[in-house]
Amino acid sequence: MRRPGLPAIPMPDAMRGKPAKIVGLAVLVVFLYALPLLDLPILTTPDSDFAGVLYTMATYVLVALGLNIVIGYAGLLDLGYVGFYAIGAYVTAVLGVQHGHWPYLLTIPAAVAVTMLSGVILGAPTLRVRGDYLAIVTLGFGEIIRLSAKNSDWLGGARGIQNVPKPPSIHLFDVPHLKWENGTVLVDVTNKTQAFVFGFVDYVPYYWMALTVVFIVLIADVLIKSSRVGRAWEATREDEDVAEVMGVPTFRYKLLAFAMGAFVGGLSGAISAAGANFIYPDSYQITVSVIFVAAVVIGGQGNRWGVMLGAALVVYLPERFRGLEEYRILMFGIALMLLATFRPQGLLPPRVTRRAKALERDLEELETGDEAQEVRS
Amino acid sequence: MSTVDSTVEPAGEPTGRAMLEVDHVTLRFGGVAALDDVSFEIREGEILGLIGPNGAGKTTCFNVMTGVYKPTRGEVRFRGQPLTRMKRFQITRLGIARTFQNIRLFKTMTALDNVMVGGDTNSSVGLLNALFRTPRQRREEAETHRRAVELLDFVGIGRRAEELAANLSYGDQRRLEIARAMATNPKLLCLDEPAAGFNPAEKQRLMELIRKVRDQGFTVLLIEHDMRLVMGVTDRIVVLEFGRKIAEGPPAQIRDDPAVIAAYLGVDEDDAS
Ligand SMILES: Nc1ncnc2c1ncn2[C@@H]1O[C@H](COP(=O)(O)OP(=O)(O)OP(=O)(O)O)[C@@H](O)[C@H]1O
Ligand SMILES: [Mg+2]
Repeated sequence: MRRPGLPAIPMPDAMRGKPAKIVGLAVLVVFLYALPLLDLPILTTPDSDFAGVLYTMATYVLVALGLNIVIGYAGLLDLGYVGFYAIGAYVTAVLGVQHGHWPYLLTIPAAVAVTMLSGVILGAPTLRVRGDYLAIVTLGFGEIIRLSAKNSDWLGGARGIQNVPKPPSIHLFDVPHLKWENGTVLVDVTNKTQAFVFGFVDYVPYYWMALTVVFIVLIADVLIKSSRVGRAWEATREDEDVAEVMGVPTFRYKLLAFAMGAFVGGLSGAISAAGANFIYPDSYQITVSVIFVAAVVIGGQGNRWGVMLGAALVVYLPERFRGLEEYRILMFGIALMLLATFRPQGLLPPRVTRRAKALERDLEELETGDEAQEVRS
Repeated sequence: MSTVDSTVEPAGEPTGRAMLEVDHVTLRFGGVAALDDVSFEIREGEILGLIGPNGAGKTTCFNVMTGVYKPTRGEVRFRGQPLTRMKRFQITRLGIARTFQNIRLFKTMTALDNVMVGGDTNSSVGLLNALFRTPRQRREEAETHRRAVELLDFVGIGRRAEELAANLSYGDQRRLEIARAMATNPKLLCLDEPAAGFNPAEKQRLMELIRKVRDQGFTVLLIEHDMRLVMGVTDRIVVLEFGRKIAEGPPAQIRDDPAVIAAYLGVDEDDAS
């Protein structure tokens, strides 16, 4: 038969060990939902409400998924992503309390539609030009959104908007938290989360909502990326001129990436507004955009798992080490520099980067087999 | 049916109808005329050779035909339709595909994905179909995949399908360029020095491949430096020098054309032999 070292037709990894993979994923999902209830030592942030931190992490993960479509897949450097995030939040607040009484859930589709539209309006003229120019225009866009909100009384001015609507509460059951004492685990009956009540104290339901949206967007991301749309993005990023000559309408695909990114950005803005109570323009500074881009780059642009990890870390680490006061930012900076030095591709680089390395190794041992193949053809 | 089975019957002799007409095309880069009032036609089903010394304007001619450059004067017509106002991707979808002299693959994509990008020109499903994995989307995806695999086999790199384009050997990258161009389902396939850097045996194999491509119904435009090779494989030849057409005709006639001999002798004796 075949020599064992000689691979036949390469099988996609997804086909191997499928049941094990599904069970593993299911366990991970349950664990993620249960995380704020477990009060795990070391992992849980000592100085801030862990559920609140997790909620913020989930919204940032959402942001990273959206920004990854723009930066990672389509290769468009967007430095004003916070603009979309702000628009999403503001649409929810404006329709829900400032100028209407829309229920929260209805404001979400509106927020997403308005954000997407703004993405198209911003993208249509700017995506025809390349590279640095786009970065500058988007940077300006982010600031324009913030300053417009700040200078518009209609949008609440610098004070922003209070009493942003919350998702509808349906109290079905209570879930107790765990408590760790001297190495033993106890059920803490005094500390229960009311499922699903969206109040002012307990952020667990908000986290659950955000996490659920993350999963939905993640699935959509997988489906789109593995279709011809994903291939067209990749080709456009690699070589726009050649992609065009191969029949890819690159401008349309770039605009699509931009609109999809805006969609997810607006969605995360609306999700973040739910737990925020009030929103104000200066929470949408340029620095937030920079953190967003950092999350994507740290994680490994182009790899959805990487950027999610990156986003989770940029929120989690500063909160975890809040006890270090000002030093935590310093630590964060040092961590970033170390990462840039030792893993310039990000924590989890895209599949291809890793595969390229593995292939280089395989190639040498395959060389002999190839010559036989060449003679035959 | 499949157009790449190696057993498909020949599509027959060239019909003689013009498929692509280059009509008095001039292209200037600043003061330099890279193409100077060039006219010729490519006929359905033929292999047309485009030759000339370095810098004669061959690649530029490709670029005008595929919409990369717009001609300063004149126009290019494909089956009677002017290409002047068309976008590049529309020209490709109309049926003109090309390879690049300086290999330009999507390096971080696999060989298979490279070809599938070309194959996507035949697919019309969009975002929503992808999102809901509709039967139509799955059918088209499977068809694009099947055809891509077939094309990789056809050019002889089927076993390399899952490798990154950047990791392929030089020769395999050239073959992948051809497979990717063929995947766009063109009527006219333009090959820009596909055998550059090959040794004589490899060149010979490639010319056989090109003949096979033609036999399946593609019309081929071939740029190649090696005169002997061009003579062996083409039906007709157009010769450019300094952006002007200096000769056109069947290989036997071109070989004896004094202007062509002069052009080549002036450059490189070996190539004219
Ligand atoms: N983008 C450009 N800008 C300015 N001049 C150009 C450009 N592209 C080509 N040229 C010039 O046009 C002329 C024709 O170049 P072209 O690449 O078409 O030659 P070629 O026949 O393909 O040569 P080779 O055999 O070396 O590939 C050359 O003098 C070249 O310098
Ligand atoms: Mg050339």
